[in-house]
Amino acid sequence: MSYFSDAWNWLIASQNWHGSNGIPIRLAQHLEYTGLALIIALVIAIPAGLAMGHLRRGGFAVVTIANFGRALPTLGLLVLIFVLTSGSILSWLIPLVALAIPPMLVNTYEGVLGVDRELTDAARGMGMTEWQILRKAEIPVALPLILLGVRTSAIQVVATATIAAYIGLGGLGRYIIDGLARDEYNVVAGGAVVIILLALAVQGLFTLLRRVIVPAGLRGQAQNS
Amino acid sequence: MSWAWQNRDQIGHLLASHLYLALLPVLFGIVVAVPVGIMCVRWRWTWPPILSLTSIFYAMPSLALYLVLIAYTGLTDWTVIIPLTLFSLSVLIPNVVDGLRSVPPPVKQAAVAMGFGATRRTIQVELPLAVPVIIAGLRVATVSSISLVSVGQLIGIGGLGYLFTDGEQRDFTTEIWVGLILIILLALLFDGLLVLARRWLTPWEARAPRQERRRVVQVALRGANAGVKGGSI
Amino acid sequence: MPHKKFTAVGLAAVACVAVAACSSGGSGKSSSSSGSNPLAPSASNSVVVGSANFPEDELLAQIYADALTSAGVKVTTKFNIGAREVYYPEVVKGAISIIPEYNGALLTTSVDKTSTATSTADVDAALKAKLPSTAEILNSSAAQDKDSITVTQANATKYHLTSIADLSSVAKDWVIGGPSEFQTRADGIVGLKKVYGLTFKSFSPLDESGPITLAALTSGKVQAADVFTTTPQIITDKLVSLSDPKNMFAAQNVLPLVYKKAASAKVVSTLNSVSAKLTTAGLLAMDKSLSVDHQSYTTVASNWLSQNGLK
Repeated sequence: MSYFSDAWNWLIASQNWHGSNGIPIRLAQHLEYTGLALIIALVIAIPAGLAMGHLRRGGFAVVTIANFGRALPTLGLLVLIFVLTSGSILSWLIPLVALAIPPMLVNTYEGVLGVDRELTDAARGMGMTEWQILRKAEIPVALPLILLGVRTSAIQVVATATIAAYIGLGGLGRYIIDGLARDEYNVVAGGAVVIILLALAVQGLFTLLRRVIVPAGLRGQAQNS
Repeated sequence: MSWAWQNRDQIGHLLASHLYLALLPVLFGIVVAVPVGIMCVRWRWTWPPILSLTSIFYAMPSLALYLVLIAYTGLTDWTVIIPLTLFSLSVLIPNVVDGLRSVPPPVKQAAVAMGFGATRRTIQVELPLAVPVIIAGLRVATVSSISLVSVGQLIGIGGLGYLFTDGEQRDFTTEIWVGLILIILLALLFDGLLVLARRWLTPWEARAPRQERRRVVQVALRGANAGVKGGSI
Repeated sequence: MPHKKFTAVGLAAVACVAVAACSSGGSGKSSSSSGSNPLAPSASNSVVVGSANFPEDELLAQIYADALTSAGVKVTTKFNIGAREVYYPEVVKGAISIIPEYNGALLTTSVDKTSTATSTADVDAALKAKLPSTAEILNSSAAQDKDSITVTQANATKYHLTSIADLSSVAKDWVIGGPSEFQTRADGIVGLKKVYGLTFKSFSPLDESGPITLAALTSGKVQAADVFTTTPQIITDKLVSLSDPKNMFAAQNVLPLVYKKAASAKVVSTLNSVSAKLTTAGLLAMDKSLSVDHQSYTTVASNWLSQNGLK
């Protein structure tokens, strides 16, 4: 159990809560990177997923992207882009966005695709335009899955941002990478604990969001955990 | 790439080590997930707590788990294998449960009518019918596992991931590309093998590639929080 | 029949698991030293050469391994161990017989954290005095991979910089960069103030003399940086490492750390011959072959040994 006592001692030491390498700053940086990557991915993935799901096209592409995203090694992608661009800002943003897109894309697509055809037919019969159908019928029904996709992407990005410390990014990953480099295992232990807590917090946040955003009638649909 | 050919010995060792680190967890995972899944279906009250546990492990960044293990297993292969096994379980258990539950009630009733006892029914009727769903889950777990092993290179145990850190330290893009391509190829290879396995095991299923693909996606959506990459890296 | 197939698959899976669980984890484990009699020398004709997880150390380990193999010693290698906190105890207990080390770093991280020895002779003496009884260091080579304060050629010429002391005229306007621990350790920012009286405008945390540090230095993001003296980009980017006349940075001579019982006469003499020929310039050239020309470790090691008559 010495791991946890090392981690605990590091976490309660007040100096680790101040200064440029303190937990608040590293956490803030981590959230910045995560937020930026998520927003960019969202802007790309969700409209694409909505369009493809509504038009019922591109299923093969979606699944291929899903498979590819699953197989792509994060560390490899980070390192490759870093070495190719000699360390520009793109070097961490591109992999983070690239890995955040598949979950949102797949979920949005599947969510819209899964909307009962009878519902959309009825809406069309009522004279709604395609846009209106999307907005009023498909998106609300697909919302649980879309949210699930964003949640998966969020957790993905939090984890990738941790690894990105290897190529010089700030954030919570610094504790891991620097600690490993300097043989400071209490820092590594403490850092790992903070990251785990963050992942749990993101999980929890989305569970809450789900309760707030998704109408009660739809909540039972997508498997939640 | 001639570099890859020249260094094929070393790359071969890395590949073997990578497969060992990636596939063993999936193997452990399925061997444990099937009985646990059966239990969760039989004794329903066990399912919610297990589901909560699996969803927690699904969300954990793999690097963090590797680091926690160091205190207990040092810097050995188990430091990577154990977290990856937990991750595989978090995909496979919900999957087995789902597969078993998706067996149509008429089939179960017919088995009962034919005199099958509960255990025999589970093993000889429900499990075989759950195979397509289970294999879909195995595909997700295997592909993710092959990819996640490389993250272990940050603690020195990463199979082909060595090509990433060495490539970064020596400013050597070819090496990095080789690592990326090999890992992706491995993932595709084992994904394909599992598809073949499914066809071999369930010849009664119509060969419908599109249905198969959608099933994999839906498995990933249903069982484990819509993981494209299993949860997180 | 499907049933037979399932049974076959199920049994095969369980069998695989049983076999895998029983065999000791495959690729990662190192062989432990033999012998139930703790006083008997372990198979002195067979050694395990380990390395840390950065190219230079892996190269040095490859050189040791290659030289020993040529001398007729049976060698097993265990390269790329991630952390000194792991490989140091492994040497002390004999699971690893030999590992290339840097005397200064070895002293202050694992042997005696309070030591203030800086010269090669002092550091070696401190190591010999304080190493546990099961381990020893062999002769140190002339090759050093130490920290240095490095600047671009342009700045060196413009401000007439040859030693760290010369930075006094520019320090207050300059940003200095280095690994994050540079900010707090005794031979970092603290030492620059104490030993040379320098205070820089600010500090920028980068990496361990890697691509980030070099990119920052050459692009002008920082004007001075902590760069290790055998970093090949010193040659290719035409950088200038300032001299350290007051010895703020401790010596970092390359030397073998060995498990005494594995150090047979043949092993010792082979490794000492290698150390006798190893120079900083030679090491720098080899690092360039690795990181710029992208030759393989085995090729670079083999070439160096042949060129120096050790193979």
